[in-house]
Amino acid sequence: MKYIDEYRDRDKAAVLVKEIEALVADTPLAKERPINIMEVCGGHTHSIFRYGIEGMLPKEVELVHGPGCPVCVLPMGRVDDCVAIAERPDVIFTTFGDAMRVPGSKKSLMQAKADGADIRMVYSPMDALEIARKNPDREVVFFGLGFETTMPSTALTVLQAEREGITNFSVFCNHITIVPTLKAILESPDLNLDAFIGPGHVSMVIGTAPYEFIANFYKKPMVVSGFEPLDVLQSVWMVLKQIKEGRADIENQYARVVPDEGNKAALEAVEKVYELRDFFEWRGLGSIDHSGVKLREAYAHFDAERKFALPNLQVADPAACQCGAVLKGVIKPWRCPLFGTACTPETPLGALMVSSEGSCSAYYQYGGVKAQAGAA
Amino acid sequence: MCLGIPGRIVKIDDAAKRLATVDVGGVKRQVNIACVVDDAHPVEGCVGDWVLIHVGFAMSRIDEQEAAETLKILTELGEAQAEIEAIRLSAAEVGRAAS
Repeated sequence: MKYIDEYRDRDKAAVLVKEIEALVADTPLAKERPINIMEVCGGHTHSIFRYGIEGMLPKEVELVHGPGCPVCVLPMGRVDDCVAIAERPDVIFTTFGDAMRVPGSKKSLMQAKADGADIRMVYSPMDALEIARKNPDREVVFFGLGFETTMPSTALTVLQAEREGITNFSVFCNHITIVPTLKAILESPDLNLDAFIGPGHVSMVIGTAPYEFIANFYKKPMVVSGFEPLDVLQSVWMVLKQIKEGRADIENQYARVVPDEGNKAALEAVEKVYELRDFFEWRGLGSIDHSGVKLREAYAHFDAERKFALPNLQVADPAACQCGAVLKGVIKPWRCPLFGTACTPETPLGALMVSSEGSCSAYYQYGGVKAQAGAA
Repeated sequence: MCLGIPGRIVKIDDAAKRLATVDVGGVKRQVNIACVVDDAHPVEGCVGDWVLIHVGFAMSRIDEQEAAETLKILTELGEAQAEIEAIRLSAAEVGRAAS
């Protein structure tokens, strides 16, 4: 059972940390300034805080918490659209629980539910479809949210609805795609990153090939990582090894779940149902070209944006919110003047405080070790 | 939503629709297995397989020992409980009459 024990073995973690320390001691760059590694995925951010991984790493290694939390980057205007749909008397609005507390400009879905809208938290889009089957006289709308991880499940649900000829089901599609977003970060003038920990479950769908440009063009290493503490530590070690050896490659630490070629069936469903939007608005990051998808013309009758007239307004984030700078790794969460005062997990102003995968919420809940030490 | 949880396929419910029952930490629910079915893994052969489940869809096939271990760690940390609770609550929402 050697392979298994490795994942929970504290001694193994200690050994990995020692290996990381040795690598850092042997890397000239680390003597000049901290090495900044962005974990793209909110799931990793969550693990890093949950297991206290930042505190295990030498001070020369800084983890920067990236934009890979779909709840966190949802713009206020889209939440307003959700509320507008949900408050229609003919609608049952279904959503993952994560999205309930995201603030809109007037209210969150949670508040709209309290005000009487029929909003239901579902675990799966399949459950939303089942609600549609059981309520043929109501319009059932599923709030499609997430990166490539959840994109195929919404697509497969739409295909199932099509096969069954269900007409009272539609999707408010807010699925987003990671690669253009990574590109936007890499093109950002205040870029301050040396390497990436790549998203595990997005990669399970898209494979590792779509990241090649990060190594080839931008010369940054990336290691696709699993979510257990030893996975993350091992990935940090793999990244540092590349930096020390002057390499920039796309490596896969999470091969037990992520095939390099991705998931063919999932990609086929995605290709069939969606097309890229010209641009999509991200909270804190602004508009990013080709970073979101919508339903293809052939599935327009399942598209809530076409079915219902939506306000579809752009709503600016609260002026004092520093979500964008935090997302790009320019500042740490506690540098935001609202952090922990006006903006807390109970009453979030910025989206990064909403989800447990958001870096502000993670810092608030678990306390940034280096923050407490007073580091910048 | 993005974390996923390992479960074991225990029964094929509808081969054409790619629907199967999985056991997730003792809780059973129906999931879609379309993404783990291919030429090498026909529908009927999936029973007994451990898969990583995201929002009601089996998205990747993992080996049994690995799944049990991940589940154990997640259970210890209470996160599996949150996922299982979401599955239970959702079942109640599906059954609820229109308001």
